[in-house]
Amino acid sequence: MTAATARLPAAAKAIVGGDRRVLARTITAVENGDPSADRVVRSLYRRSGRAPVVGVTGPLGVGKSSLVNALVGRLRSLGQTVGVIGVDPSSPFTGGSVLGDRIRLERRADDLGVFFRSMASRGAAGGVAAATREVSRLLDAAGFDVILVETVGSGQVDVAIRDIASTSIVVVVPHLGDEVQTLKAGLFEIADIFCVNKVDLPGAELAKRDLAEFVNLGGKPSGWAPPIVGTSAIDPTVGVDDLWNDVLAHEKFLDDSGERDRGERRRLSSEIVGLARDHVGRELMDRLEHDPSLRKLLDDVVARRIDPRTAADRLVRGGRRTR
Amino acid sequence: MAKPRGTKRTPIRVLIAKPGLDGHDRGAKVVARALRDAGMEVIYAGLRQTPEEIVRAALEEDVDLIGLSILSGAHMALFPRVLALLKQQEGRPIPVFAGGIIPDEDARRLKKAGIRAIFGPGTSLEEIVSTAQALARRPA
Repeated sequence: MTAATARLPAAAKAIVGGDRRVLARTITAVENGDPSADRVVRSLYRRSGRAPVVGVTGPLGVGKSSLVNALVGRLRSLGQTVGVIGVDPSSPFTGGSVLGDRIRLERRADDLGVFFRSMASRGAAGGVAAATREVSRLLDAAGFDVILVETVGSGQVDVAIRDIASTSIVVVVPHLGDEVQTLKAGLFEIADIFCVNKVDLPGAELAKRDLAEFVNLGGKPSGWAPPIVGTSAIDPTVGVDDLWNDVLAHEKFLDDSGERDRGERRRLSSEIVGLARDHVGRELMDRLEHDPSLRKLLDDVVARRIDPRTAADRLVRGGRRTR
Repeated sequence: MAKPRGTKRTPIRVLIAKPGLDGHDRGAKVVARALRDAGMEVIYAGLRQTPEEIVRAALEEDVDLIGLSILSGAHMALFPRVLALLKQQEGRPIPVFAGGIIPDEDARRLKKAGIRAIFGPGTSLEEIVSTAQALARRPA
């Protein structure tokens, strides 16, 4: 035990020390909102923020899992270790899910340089699970050099990956739509890199050209112009090196431009406010349900004596008085 | 840090994998779908998994349960290997159930070796789901 790990909880020490079983169990506890993971998550935060977190997003069926597998192969050949999170949707009806991102993973069973975890979205909107950010930090604290996050097959508004990833790759395929699609708000706005996968299919050049025109209309507000890379899932040597080099170029841009700091501040302030909102929300819900004087508020709204906005004002004020 | 699994907040996590070299994955897919519809999170590992890959995946995914499907006839070689690797892990071994074309005599021996349930052709999905739920909740 080093001085630096002396104050960590036992599970946190085990994770830093490379215990994959404790890591896996802690991830489960974080996903389940189990309070037993709370101290571990808090104590390991300081050890995160080191690994680039690369998001791979795009519509369903464009080859995200195959691309992630190809990136894992490339990173392993460079001697880098990789933590991977693959998110798939939970059923809004039964809560169940089939998590199939692992199926594309090819690696030696004894290669400890890769840790792959499948996550169900569990009702979260935006393409990732509520716990994805904290799980990516656990992988970071466990010492993996790069974290890859594959989102749910995304729709046009599924942009939550930008709150987690330092570099977001938006994957498309030929014939997804004409150039007007590239003008639409949402998914295309978050791309740090565009990847045209299945580049062996006809129409790939047109897709690349449409994206190039989109980028030429103006890059991101940061001044970064997203590169466009063609890759092929059936031949992982096509474009994957370029794709990874573009990730590195973007990570370097983040450092050189000061954009990393700005991005971190934006992401973390929204995370803090989000956590605080959940916390306050739970307290208010608890009061509304259990504080007799506030329960009367609900009765009044149900009976149309007062409106929900006024009731909300009173709930917040009532909350403050009792504190 | 174990909470009872199988509630809405803590779904049962199950790994479905096909060890060996046969490509007949319809059974595994039907079972994966049924377990999904029962509210479980099913990690579908797919075809041609080695016992080492299966155990590795089970550990990383922290599953409550493993389902193996095999139609190649190699069950007497592969299932005991999975069980042996699981026993090498710390703590209580993850329960394993199996399905496929497995002769009765082999099934008896595999159950003795530690496979918790074996489902042959014609088993109802209800039976598989309820057995899986029971195994995941009471792993001992």
